[in-house]
Amino acid sequence: MIPAAFDYVRADSADHAIALIGEHGEDAKFLAGGMSLLPLMKLRLATPSVLVDVGRVRDLSYVRDAGDHLAIGALTRHRDLETSDVLAKECGVLRAVAAQVGDNQVRHRGTIGGSVAHGDPASDLPAALLALDATFVAHGPKGERQIAATDFFRGFLETALAPDELLGEIRVRKTGASGFAYEKFNRRAQDWAIVGAVAARVNGGTHVALVNMGATPLRATAVETALSQGASPEEAAREAAVGTDAPSDLNASPEYRAHLAQVLVRRALEAC
Amino acid sequence: MTVNGTAQDHDVEPRTLLVQYLREACALTGTKVGCDTSSCGACTVLLDNESVKSCTMLAAQADGASVTTIEGLADGDNWHPVQTAFHENHGLQCGYCTAGMVMAAVSLLDEIPNPTEKDVRLGLEGNLCRCTGYHNIVKSVLAAAQKMQDAK
Repeated sequence: MIPAAFDYVRADSADHAIALIGEHGEDAKFLAGGMSLLPLMKLRLATPSVLVDVGRVRDLSYVRDAGDHLAIGALTRHRDLETSDVLAKECGVLRAVAAQVGDNQVRHRGTIGGSVAHGDPASDLPAALLALDATFVAHGPKGERQIAATDFFRGFLETALAPDELLGEIRVRKTGASGFAYEKFNRRAQDWAIVGAVAARVNGGTHVALVNMGATPLRATAVETALSQGASPEEAAREAAVGTDAPSDLNASPEYRAHLAQVLVRRALEAC
Repeated sequence: MTVNGTAQDHDVEPRTLLVQYLREACALTGTKVGCDTSSCGACTVLLDNESVKSCTMLAAQADGASVTTIEGLADGDNWHPVQTAFHENHGLQCGYCTAGMVMAAVSLLDEIPNPTEKDVRLGLEGNLCRCTGYHNIVKSVLAAAQKMQDAK
């Protein structure tokens, strides 16, 4: 399968990328690792007229300890996250979730920013970032702005990023080396999660986020509330499907997904 | 780009996939197209020594990089230890997935030189063998790891 024809331009820097996307209009798309966009283009579900390749903007690839938080460049590859010493010490959950994305080959190419900007509710990292109260820093022609994770994921494959904005950095809380669990349920190795549950201890509380239980990654707020009121993991996990809108596909019905969410949240809470 | 140590220079359409470039422009047909949806790993090659799926990458993205395909693995008549191990342990049945398996295994052993069986099974999760010959493939990779360690 070959994508529909497009023009290809390569950006040398974030500013150059924003200038190029401005020049080519709304049919242009940024290309990072291409692990989400290229499959869509091969299936002709996406037909951008121009690709602005940001894959070589190396100064957007880093994991830095920024004092009270961690700063992660949007073009940091999953492979670099799963082997990051800084993450191992300061945010083990993100390292562990990155190690569950796709397979080795995908993790050698795919980037955290690409995954986030694609906004797929079945992806692993967006839910983890939601659980971590991440802040997304977008660069656009008018400068930079910060977007809270809760405002970022708007709908299926839809985010708060404007077409001419480039995701530059992701900021997360320091949550330490332990105190988290990621339960990803799929039937075959390397598949997307049929349902996933991330639990992490953050600031004395427990945050829980769900993969593939709606049009966007979701916080399991009913579970979090129950926990804060003293519920046991088992009791709190019964609330896992509250407020969700699970999809129906070949793998699972919404009812089955709701059941999975409860089981996976319980396991995640017990392991967290 | 450099492919198997040789400089390659072609003008291609932006939408040319790396696997297409390798097979059609460079005439290196050892790299196979399997599922064509980045699931099966038959098209795995090394990009700057790391495994990637060449069906889900544009040739343009590899511009300037160093690509290694199955044809570039042997040193003259001497097979790479992973190739030898697949041969000796019957790590293949129909052979269609083999080039991708071998390249993924080379990358895996570069990252984890002394893997456990679980490391190998997890590390090759991006490669499917429709003959389901996984047992001997894993055995081959473990044997190669042992040989490469012994040679050090």
